[in-house]
Amino acid sequence: MSEAVIEKLDLTTADPWSVPLDKINVSDPALFETDTHWGYFERLRKEDPVHYCEESLFGPYWSITKFNDIMQVDKAHHIFSSEDGITLPDRPLDFRTPNFISMDPPKHDVQRKAVTNAVAPLNLAKLEPIIRERAGKILDNLPIGEEFNWVDLVSVELTTQMLATLFDFPFEERRKLTYWSDMATSGELAGGPTPEPVRRAALLECLEVFTGLWNERVNNDPSEDIDLISMMAHNPDTQNMEPMEYLGNLILLIVGGNDTTRNSLSGGVYFLNEFPDEYDKLRANPGLIPKMVPEIIRFQTPLAYMRRTAMEDTVVGGKTIKEGDKVAMWYVSGNRDEEVIDRPNEFIIDRANPRHHLSFGFGIHRCMGNRLAEMQLRIVWEEILSRFETVEVVGEPVRVLSSFVKGYSELPVIVHAKQ
Amino acid sequence: MPTVKFIEHNGTEHVIEGEVGDSLMSLATGNLVPGIDADCGGECSCATCHCIVDDAWMEKAGKPSETEESMLDLNPDRESNSRLSCQIPLTEELDGIVVQLPEFQY
Ligand code: HEM
Ligand code: FES
Repeated sequence: MSEAVIEKLDLTTADPWSVPLDKINVSDPALFETDTHWGYFERLRKEDPVHYCEESLFGPYWSITKFNDIMQVDKAHHIFSSEDGITLPDRPLDFRTPNFISMDPPKHDVQRKAVTNAVAPLNLAKLEPIIRERAGKILDNLPIGEEFNWVDLVSVELTTQMLATLFDFPFEERRKLTYWSDMATSGELAGGPTPEPVRRAALLECLEVFTGLWNERVNNDPSEDIDLISMMAHNPDTQNMEPMEYLGNLILLIVGGNDTTRNSLSGGVYFLNEFPDEYDKLRANPGLIPKMVPEIIRFQTPLAYMRRTAMEDTVVGGKTIKEGDKVAMWYVSGNRDEEVIDRPNEFIIDRANPRHHLSFGFGIHRCMGNRLAEMQLRIVWEEILSRFETVEVVGEPVRVLSSFVKGYSELPVIVHAKQ
Repeated sequence: MPTVKFIEHNGTEHVIEGEVGDSLMSLATGNLVPGIDADCGGECSCATCHCIVDDAWMEKAGKPSETEESMLDLNPDRESNSRLSCQIPLTEELDGIVVQLPEFQY
């Protein structure tokens, strides 16, 4: 190790309350891997809710940490642009994969509307029986009374099958979807472990496979479309997309629907074990599942933040943010803001207003898949409760090295069958 | 006090009395009228309080703001008289207003 590294302040072991404010950098991925970000956010909410960090892996940026300030920024799409990206790292100029999450109106609106129907409530109702059947099969095949990794056997498998269903992707090759999703989010430029050339190669392979599917389907009868690829191929607003734009939208749908739901599935198991009284409540009344699901999503906050770029000088929480500055809306912090959420650090499955959380964002970019995600989680929990007495967590989870995707790579469990 | 008639997608009617200044959204959620989700709590930033205002009342209900317009526009089920119910405050003039609730909120 070089001396520079030794001298560097290690936030994961420092005391969040005594580090100088201007040295706090909540975007450090290690804080999330070690689950040590909580104290820093608590301090910022109290002492400096709109916080400027001068030096980070991603350059200088602002942190918005309180619920209502986040709402203000998320709503103000005319001031805070998404065009320069929705994560803190600057995107390489020579490999851009544009998609509507990183577009402003009017283009954003046009493209979003072109694919929204795939997740319209009526379509979701059609998907429900397929998802239930597939979820049931996965759960029926789990080893009983033996330790295994819940993330791998359940969370990843289920969300991958879901995605394969949405795209009507060749079912046996579905793990490719997981692989591309992982590659898309784990790049070294974002502080993750995957070298940039490996990431690009994986994404180009993704484009190639999906271009094949597009070509197979483009001449089918549009009235029969139920999968996302056919919908894009037949909608006048998306049918002439450039390849990199097609790739961008694919990645958006793959990542959007993958990591987030996956980590909520793992998180739910973990939280019920941390709050056993809530697990008892749930067993006594499975009718609470629809209320529990949004609480899981709040408590997990699968995407820790979204980034914006200020298009003009503007004031948030008394601080002047300058044109061109990067701004991170820390949903993970706002979701624990005691001024808005009662007993925010407790996992409570029967809250009065459980959907009042930031995990899906708000405003025109509000998660397009929010009802789909909730539906998947609801179905899985219904199927879990009908089969198992307990999914018991038997060791600490391994967390992902990322300040954007907040999740787990391992969660050791033992499932106990119902008596 | 002015009243509002909410008509669920299945035809069930709810006539609710409210105070001037209450939003139609808060009247619905506060009186357990099903069909309004209101995830953002009235901030005009989730569009899950979508309702369809009876033609006769459209003018009195006023015009949607730019923000409301941008949220409404993203709803594929939008109709010409769609509004976000959190953006319609009750007035004496609106006494008797009739709104339909959609089958689903997004
Ligand atoms: C628990 C699961 C999920 C979480 C926590 C989540 C979170 C988010 C967040 C935070 C945003 C950006 C909001 C903003 O900038 O204000 C977003 C956007 C989006 N999500 Fe999700 N998401 C989830 C599941 C899904 C699923 C299953 C899909 C699949 C269709 C999906 C598709 C999208 C899309 C397409 C956007 C872009 C919307 C836009 O820019 O207009 N998400 N999501
Ligand atoms: S309650 Fe969210 S837009 Fe009306």
